[in-house]
Amino acid sequence: MKRLKYDVVVVGGGPAGTTVARYAAKNGAKVLLLEKRQEVGSPVRCGEGISKKILQKIELEPDGGWIANEVAGAKIISPKGSVLELSEDLAGNETGYIIRRDIFDKHLAKLAATEGADIMVKTTATGLIKEGGKIRGVFARQLGQEYRIEADVTVAADGFEARLSREAGLKTFLKLRDVDICIQYEMVGVKTDPLFTEFYIGQSYAPGGYVWIFPKSENVANVGIGVNLMFSKEGATPKRYLDKFIASRDDLKRAKIVEINGGAVSVSMPPEVVTKEGFAAVGDSARMIDALTGGGVMNGAVAGKELGEALGKMAQEKLTPNEALKEYEKNWRRRLEVTLARNYLAKERLLELTDEEMNDIIEAVGSIKLEGLSTAAILKAVKEARPSLAEKFADFL
Amino acid sequence: MIIIDKEKCLWCGTCVGVCPVLAMTLKETYVDVDQERCTSCGICVKACPVGAITMTEGSE
Ligand SMILES: Cc1cc2nc3c(=O)[nH]c(=O)nc-3n(C[C@H](O)[C@H](O)[C@H](O)COP(=O)(O)OP(=O)(O)OC[C@H]3O[C@@H](n4cnc5c(N)ncnc54)[C@H](O)[C@@H]3O)c2cc1C
Ligand code: SF4
Ligand code: SF4
Repeated sequence: MKRLKYDVVVVGGGPAGTTVARYAAKNGAKVLLLEKRQEVGSPVRCGEGISKKILQKIELEPDGGWIANEVAGAKIISPKGSVLELSEDLAGNETGYIIRRDIFDKHLAKLAATEGADIMVKTTATGLIKEGGKIRGVFARQLGQEYRIEADVTVAADGFEARLSREAGLKTFLKLRDVDICIQYEMVGVKTDPLFTEFYIGQSYAPGGYVWIFPKSENVANVGIGVNLMFSKEGATPKRYLDKFIASRDDLKRAKIVEINGGAVSVSMPPEVVTKEGFAAVGDSARMIDALTGGGVMNGAVAGKELGEALGKMAQEKLTPNEALKEYEKNWRRRLEVTLARNYLAKERLLELTDEEMNDIIEAVGSIKLEGLSTAAILKAVKEARPSLAEKFADFL
Repeated sequence: MIIIDKEKCLWCGTCVGVCPVLAMTLKETYVDVDQERCTSCGICVKACPVGAITMTEGSE
């Protein structure tokens, strides 16, 4: 068994882990990033939609080949076909750019490496080194070689699987209603509008979730579906619904599939604590996905930057490990928690709506002039169209 | 006992993330199931996006 010692060991080379590694290294920490796959970013498990705000949130230049397409906004389509058009800045964290996640994640890993972080690919963290109540690092394996990697802080950025955050004892186990299960095809020969992302909502399309069409270029798009696990009574539910959707559409049914991905997203609240002594979880592993949109790249990156910066202060001895973890808890929550909580409540209400109610809402909201779209305006429009529906949402709008 | 059809599996990790007892691990080209730990709750079967998981009666 080989022994290694770092200030910080980060498990998982997705947007969250690479961003932690980048900012921790930039601020002076000795960092090791582990990724179990042989290639960072691949295979992709993502719709690849993200708000352009990512540029300023984690200081990126819009180059490096990771942007596939730029969209003007999103269309939300009700079961009866009413359309709500949202401009890009109003459309949440999944609309703006359609990216190439494989290139994007690898780009972030390169930025981390450039700041001085060490990276080991094809390396699996197999368990936590626990001493008393404290976590002191991870055991790992690469190409048959076993490692014991000690660190002042161990970071679980291991994605939806979240084995490490759960082994550490964080409350990141999920209820059925807090999981959306997904499948996606990258399709060539689609005839949808390349300037808009499209979201099809309602029980008939995708029980408890939605179908998405995210255009990657003129005739290529990611066409995918998320279904709430509560509504999946047997295997392959997402695939059945997605295939039915595609078969019903003239603009899709002759398109060719060049890639299939599966996956799942948490649509839960994050747990009350995501840190322990010597340990922090971030991104999907800490259940930071937006429960309404299922988007998690931005939140993972934003929280990752906060964690990386706090760990940098630890390395510079401005903060003890415990203080750094406290600062991280405080800062990521300040940035994300209000929206996460609000969108979780919205998702809970939407789960209870019938297709008719969805139609009424989209019709009512669709009638508002875009510039005037505020939560108050939405509530007013819904109130006029369906007073009983407005009541369902009144408390949090 | 949990059986995974490797030809259908997309290695997406959904089953791993929903398993309440951490009985599953996603390796690069397959999913490892710790049959001893598995409580036969059936959640992974319902969660698999492509229906690659089946549960059979009894152990081995
Ligand atoms: C089908 C689908 C579509 C989606 N569409 C969108 C979208 O359009 N926009 C959006 O913003 N979000 C989307 N999401 C969510 C988004 O993909 C995630 O929120 C995002 O990837 C989270 O980043 P992360 O860094 O936390 O985890 P991940 O990107 O999942 O990275 C985790 C990494 O950890 C590695 N790992 C796990 N365990 C270990 C271990 N033991 N040792 C070493 N390495 C390990 C994994 O191999 C993986 O590379 C989608 C998700 C799915 C499933
Ligand atoms: S959920 Fe299904 S497709 Fe995904 S890893 Fe598990 S068995 Fe494979
Ligand atoms: S049946 Fe339940 S306990 Fe067994 S592997 Fe599947 S999810 Fe885990």
